Amino acid sequence: MVKVTRQYRFSASHRLHSPQLSEDENWQVYGKCNNPYGHGHDYVVQVQVSGVVDEDSGLALPVEALDGMMERLVLRDVSNGNLNDLPAFAEVVPTTEMLAIEVDRRLRAGWSAVFPEAWPQLDGVRILETKRNVFETIGARI
Amino acid sequence: MYITRKAEFSASHACWRADWTADRNREVYGVASNPRGHGHNYLVEVTLEGDPDPVTGMIVDLKLVKDVINQEVVEVYDHRFLNHEVPPFDQVVPTAENIARDIWKRLNGHFQEGPARLKNVRLYETDDLFVDYTGA
Repeated sequence: MVKVTRQYRFSASHRLHSPQLSEDENWQVYGKCNNPYGHGHDYVVQVQVSGVVDEDSGLALPVEALDGMMERLVLRDVSNGNLNDLPAFAEVVPTTEMLAIEVDRRLRAGWSAVFPEAWPQLDGVRILETKRNVFETIGARI
Repeated sequence: MYITRKAEFSASHACWRADWTADRNREVYGVASNPRGHGHNYLVEVTLEGDPDPVTGMIVDLKLVKDVINQEVVEVYDHRFLNHEVPPFDQVVPTAENIARDIWKRLNGHFQEGPARLKNVRLYETDDLFVDYTGA
């Protein structure tokens, strides 16, 4: 058994603002992240997979299959745009906590169509919003 | 607690099985299947587990760990074409998964006795792809 981690990057903007809070409360909670014009990040997404090494190919994860899945299910949607515009974030504030949960959910929902066998399995995702802010679902309760 | 030492080596490899057709190799390994090979700047992170010695405050002498990694991994792999020059990769394809497992095999015997046990081998093939192996 090995764990394989594949890393992706995308750039997007977001604004942290909850419709359930007043203007003042939003500013109190989110500070600069509440700027009405939004702001952006170069997000880094790490996808961790557990797998059994196939002794013929030497591979536990066909990386290109995961790359294609990430492109179709996540990157195409989130790249070079405003996360607040996505239907997934119409009612949900696009914090990177909620983004990590959304990416994890999308991969889990599409997993068996790409990887129908018992292995590889999705452990979860880790998103670096910046080098200093890291959000992770791997082994965590979400 | 855990302690980690890193080392780097540069090597070439081809994800290619001579007993498969070119199409089959291409299908399984994609761009990595060029039989002429290509290279990476590999990074290995070797994590050991142990308790700090009450006198020295150290789990293990990292100089000794560095020497073992250099002798068993860096000197063997660095600036080599793995498929052609470094067994067992004449027999098994040097994927990141197999390289991580081979590094574990090369190192594990050195940490059966003494203050620290091998806990994890993390092998970065590139910044964007790494494998963790814990021996089972």
